[in-house]
Amino acid sequence: MRLIIRSDYDEVSEYIATYVKNRILEYNPTRERPFVLGLPTGSSPVGLYKCLVKFYRNNELSFKHVITFNMDEYVGLPRDHPESYHSFMWHHLFKHIDIAPDNVNILDGNAENLSEECVRFERKIKSVGGIELFIGGIGPDGHIAFNEPGSSLTSRTRVKTLAYDTILANSRFFDNDINKVPRMALTVGVGTVMEAREVAIIITGAHKAIALSKCIEEGVNHMWTVSAIQLHPKALIVCDEDATLELHVKTVKYFKSIEHVINNLIGAENVGLQGNVKKYPTPEATPEVTPEVTPEVTPICEAFYNLPFKR
Amino acid sequence: MPSQYSEKTLQSRTSRLVKIINGRIVRDHKIINDDVLYIYEGKIIDPQNHFFTYGNSPDTVINAKGLLIAPGYIDIQINGAFGVDFSVWKDDKQMKEGLDKVAKGLLKNGCTSFVPTIVSSPKEIYHKVLPLLKPRKGNKENGAEVLGAHVEGPFITQSKQGAHKESYLRTAPNGFKDFIDIYGLYDHAVKLITVAPDVEGALDSLEGLINFGITVSIGHSSATVAQAELAVEKGAKCITHLFNAMQQFHHRDPGIVGLLGTTRLARPFYGIICDGTHVHPNSIKIAYDSHPRGAILVTDAMAAMGLPPGEYSLGGIPVRKSGNEKVEVIDNGKLAGSVITIDECVKNFKKFTGCNVIEAIEAATLHPAELLNVQNVKGTLDVGADADIIFLDDDLNLVKCFIAGEEVSIS
Repeated sequence: MRLIIRSDYDEVSEYIATYVKNRILEYNPTRERPFVLGLPTGSSPVGLYKCLVKFYRNNELSFKHVITFNMDEYVGLPRDHPESYHSFMWHHLFKHIDIAPDNVNILDGNAENLSEECVRFERKIKSVGGIELFIGGIGPDGHIAFNEPGSSLTSRTRVKTLAYDTILANSRFFDNDINKVPRMALTVGVGTVMEAREVAIIITGAHKAIALSKCIEEGVNHMWTVSAIQLHPKALIVCDEDATLELHVKTVKYFKSIEHVINNLIGAENVGLQGNVKKYPTPEATPEVTPEVTPEVTPICEAFYNLPFKR
Repeated sequence: MPSQYSEKTLQSRTSRLVKIINGRIVRDHKIINDDVLYIYEGKIIDPQNHFFTYGNSPDTVINAKGLLIAPGYIDIQINGAFGVDFSVWKDDKQMKEGLDKVAKGLLKNGCTSFVPTIVSSPKEIYHKVLPLLKPRKGNKENGAEVLGAHVEGPFITQSKQGAHKESYLRTAPNGFKDFIDIYGLYDHAVKLITVAPDVEGALDSLEGLINFGITVSIGHSSATVAQAELAVEKGAKCITHLFNAMQQFHHRDPGIVGLLGTTRLARPFYGIICDGTHVHPNSIKIAYDSHPRGAILVTDAMAAMGLPPGEYSLGGIPVRKSGNEKVEVIDNGKLAGSVITIDECVKNFKKFTGCNVIEAIEAATLHPAELLNVQNVKGTLDVGADADIIFLDDDLNLVKCFIAGEEVSIS
């Protein structure tokens, strides 16, 4: 797992957006070989979407051959309700970009048969070859999508009853009236997310610091569902400084040092997007450095020979 | 792998889907920076619903490049333009051609709907002309939409007739019957009427007119404030070119102008000519400050609008156009309608009153639409409205004009 620490929310958004952009560009999707992207809603990805829209407007990125799958949707909430995740995705991303409507997949919370809808969703993911990159955010209790504490770490897309705390917290989006908050949601499972070939999680803010520490410094645990990421071979967490408040100093320094080594000792150009080594720089590959090193060594040697005991 | 591109994208398509991006949309008394417009079959449609339900990708994407996007302008008082005078009838063919010429020409000013106006005329003229001014859909072929006719007179007060011919003025001793007799209201061509409340029989006729679907505006009148309020109580919704052809404001009896100060009644809309000549800019500012949501910008343009200076005819009366601001009756020097265009009115209104661009635009879009009760299709960019759309820069210069979803040349 890689942990990238940036100073604040905006830098986190910029980093993850640039990452998504570069992954798509490197993949070079076509009609026959589309890039399949998993997407979250909520406050975490707003900045990411803003950046992606900016890239699209600057002609740096096209979504023509990108297929998206969203994590979740409320049950029984009209699709056009301002708080539906359809509306969220439309306003923050889809209306601004060139994505084909048929390439957008969001669970239908008004489907007649909800269980069937969940099965259909999983089948659809499989039919396009699985998800290449799943982006997620987390809640302060470490939940991913609507997989609240206690959700099975092997869970699949399903109907989920919301915890009372979640209903209470979400009432702020529904005129502060808990009676208006949907009580159920359709959500991908932890297993669905972890099956993606790569998972990237955005975690920002001091209120998520405990969750971050629980998820990466302690064991895999269904009470902090995003901790399942520890078992994923290609996982990335991008967080801000505030979110590291509960981490050990050693943990923070460790992950920062890896970025430092890559950027300053190996050279970022020698490392692939997903941390793979493209070319390991050997001393022979950089002969011009050698003469510069020699004069630095010489004075030390001289100093050695000048030591009193040599006399 | 099965194709992720469903074939329904190509089928079941009856019209091109147009998407407008990067504009600043004037909607709900706000400028919305971050939204898009979808146009389909000449209408503004709900883009989110369309995206998720039909899965169509737009055929055309128009980049508004940060320009203001507003509904097309509506002119509810226009006597003619480009050499055409709606009050002069020679034959049907000429009148139809004249109407087409004006309808097309107005698009170049961003005016996408209008109410052709007939000044006080003899009965025969109404019977000849009104059937030709029935509501007609606006589109690229027809030009601006005809919302119906505005009959300004002949039931107006003699001393306030302005440039109208005195001999044509009428009273209505038999009430509504006299209106039917003069206009022949058989074909619902009349959308708006200017009537003087102090003309005999006028007040008693309002109910009949309103029941007929006609919007009543009061003007060309020396009505007292009491008479004016009575007219509003009886359903009048507007004042015709405020300050012009009415009793001047007097503090003991403010006349029709006094309606702006009423607290007892819902205040009516008021048309106002913003050419800087018909009404002093300070007077416009006073009207705006007292009732900003009531302002409706009208050109009151006559045949010489869009023509070079010279001598022309207004309802058979010889008038002279000097410069680009003023048209006078040659005999008595009275103002005889204006030659200003609606987009200039909007610019002037903003300059004279210091209002923001939204208010200036709404005074020529939303307000006239509300007056005529067509705000579900005209004067707004809400879902379901006709796609009559203009692009403006921050100085309110017209950049692009669309009618029923199709772009038309403005040069």
